[in-house]
Amino acid sequence: MIRALILWLALASAAFAVEPDEILDDPVLEERARELSKGIRCLVCRNESIDESNAELARDLRILVRERLVEGDSDDEVIDFLVSRYGEYVLLTPRATGANLVLWLAAPVLFLGGLAIALGYVRSLKETPSPETLSESEKARLAELIDD
Amino acid sequence: MIVELGHFTLLLALLVAGLQMVLPLVGAQRGWTAWMAVGGPAAIAQCLLLTFSFCALTYAFVTSDFSVRLVALNSHTLKPMLYKVTGVWGNHEGSMLLWCLIIALFGALVALFGGNLPDKLKARVLAVQASIGVAFLSFLIFTSNPFLRLVSPPMNGQDLNPLLQDPGLAFHPPFLYVGYVGLSMSFSFAVAALIEGRVDAAWGRWVRPWTLLAWLNLTIGIALGSWWAYYELGWGGFWFWDPVENASFMPWLISAALLHSAIVVEKREALKSWTILLAILAFGFSLIGAFIVRSGVLTSVHAFANDPERGVYLLAITGVFMGGALTLYAVRAAEMQAKGVFSTVSRESALVMNNVLLAVSTFVVFIGTIWPLVAEMAFDRKVSVGPPFFDAAFTPFMVLLALILPIGSILPWKRAKLGKSLRPLWLALLAAFAIFALIWTVQTGRTLLAPIGALLGSWLVVGAVADIWVRTGRGGVADKIGRAWRLPRADWGRVVAHMGFGVTIFGIAALLAWEIEDVRTANIGDSFEVGEYQVTLLDVREVQGPNYLSTMAEIQLTKGGTTAILTPESRFYPVAGMPTTEAAIDNGVFRDLYAVIGDEQADGSWAVRTFIKPFANWIWAGAIIMSLGGLLSLTDRRFRVAPGAAKARATVAAE
Repeated sequence: MIRALILWLALASAAFAVEPDEILDDPVLEERARELSKGIRCLVCRNESIDESNAELARDLRILVRERLVEGDSDDEVIDFLVSRYGEYVLLTPRATGANLVLWLAAPVLFLGGLAIALGYVRSLKETPSPETLSESEKARLAELIDD
Repeated sequence: MIVELGHFTLLLALLVAGLQMVLPLVGAQRGWTAWMAVGGPAAIAQCLLLTFSFCALTYAFVTSDFSVRLVALNSHTLKPMLYKVTGVWGNHEGSMLLWCLIIALFGALVALFGGNLPDKLKARVLAVQASIGVAFLSFLIFTSNPFLRLVSPPMNGQDLNPLLQDPGLAFHPPFLYVGYVGLSMSFSFAVAALIEGRVDAAWGRWVRPWTLLAWLNLTIGIALGSWWAYYELGWGGFWFWDPVENASFMPWLISAALLHSAIVVEKREALKSWTILLAILAFGFSLIGAFIVRSGVLTSVHAFANDPERGVYLLAITGVFMGGALTLYAVRAAEMQAKGVFSTVSRESALVMNNVLLAVSTFVVFIGTIWPLVAEMAFDRKVSVGPPFFDAAFTPFMVLLALILPIGSILPWKRAKLGKSLRPLWLALLAAFAIFALIWTVQTGRTLLAPIGALLGSWLVVGAVADIWVRTGRGGVADKIGRAWRLPRADWGRVVAHMGFGVTIFGIAALLAWEIEDVRTANIGDSFEVGEYQVTLLDVREVQGPNYLSTMAEIQLTKGGTTAILTPESRFYPVAGMPTTEAAIDNGVFRDLYAVIGDEQADGSWAVRTFIKPFANWIWAGAIIMSLGGLLSLTDRRFRVAPGAAKARATVAAE
């Protein structure tokens, strides 16, 4: 675990992430850039977004995202542009298409499945006849005895 | 010489573990008491041998014996003594030796304190535990031997990694290992019970303390790791959904489920086969975690190729133990008949729901963690699964869990009337909604995250108070306090742990929602506003540390009459050639002030990053409270005394 962390940190080195000179003057655009950056992977890092990473490439991507936003791209257009350039790998949120549907549907399907099994189990416990109640034949026999 | 002795005792330990694996198991099958009796002494001997072995390796590190390859690679004469010692487990081989030592230690603990176990069960538990020991000892000896010597020892060691020289990181692995390996004990109990074909209330009582011990150590280990990331990484993140983190989080989640289902076995003799399955899976996730972390397969597919031997060996261990145990389970599970019947509204049902949520969320984390690998191998798609996915897929389960928790813990066993049982909780609900409304109105126009976090957090905390209130029965406040004092520690443990969960949830929500970040360049003497604080960069100077050079800033933060001075540094360690960021944090109950100094800009100003992190400490405080709850529960009277009574019950249940 430690070795893995070191590797991670060695790549991140002295993390400073977003540098002051990258920040856009327009606070609304900057906010959008920050939000977008959180979902873009720093391709040379270990599982880090470009918003957190100090790597050179992350800086280039942050600047790229900001350039596209200044040119008037929508958030989706920026993301499409990055995907066309670097592939799906650049997205920290995998797209819910094709095989990835398995990933996205796992949580709801497992939960509903688990819930159904659990409910079935609890119900089945309730239906087990408890020894206090008499079966039909026993009832009949009891009635016979009482009548006699 | 001592190193050679350590190497020798390591080999002996493997031999002893082999005997401990075979003899008691055969003895228990055939009813040969002498063979069964080998288990206890063998477990203690194995533990002593490995303790010596571990001490020998520590000795090599302390004396900087660079003729030992591992020491040459991972130590340095300039390291402070504390970090020479912690360096023993700061590498793959040494940490694996610690791992083996803990496996043996757990075995020895059962041998020493398992006097209340029936002889056959004890023999089988020790044998299964020894089989895990054999697997990992042979892995250690044949693929990662820590005692190998170098032909020509170097003058000094290679590693003086500054990042490892930190108390948070130095002590987080031993806690995690006790947690991971502690789950091997629950696994051994589960497999032994399957071989025996019997699970009863007594079994539930025996398996619970080991699971508790594992879980509370995992809690501390994870909290330490997260806290370390918070202050070390330079921007105050505390959880990254990294595969390495998930590797420790999955066993934590599933052992939390196991803790709760074992209660149902103990109190009500229901959910038996499910609890056995959880015990097997919990250790399975520990093994998968070891595989993920040590093979590097998820960090990059190529790291696996670099060291295929270790990865394949660990995968084989995982496969053999899971395959074997699950096969045994498939054959025997049907024999575990539930005795206790309960209705749909009852504490049992609530615990079933707890198990559904915890188990499903474990699998969601698992699928998210391995998906990049699956997608690449099976579908030829190179994808990343990052924090946004986990946040979206995992959080709803925790919200649901927090919602049902106070209700579940207040419901009576067997059969409950919802309206009547919930009466004491109305006040808690009211309090939670009052806090929700208050925060919502005060922080107009911001995300709902913080109010919802506060709602859940206070619902859990006040719900836990209501739990104790109900538990103390009727009567005046004085009577209640007297009775509360005499409640079983397990009740207090439950209440405290649930409060801790609430505190952590609130901390996370508040930090994420209210954090303020400021990034700018500032000249010395510049003053600016961050949130309600007036921030001034007083000075930046060069400082010579014991083994590093530092650029240290002095930043003053003022609010009202109070002032805090922060001295963030950016250090350079010449021996390792590594720069590090030392964030400066002013810890407070209600907020942390967090400052980082960056590079000098072309115009002579400095990059400064300032954060105000509200309630950050509550995240780890909650984790510590949770583990304290675990500790309280572990010291409950019923785990400590009356071995005779437990034995008598067991023999009755056996008929």
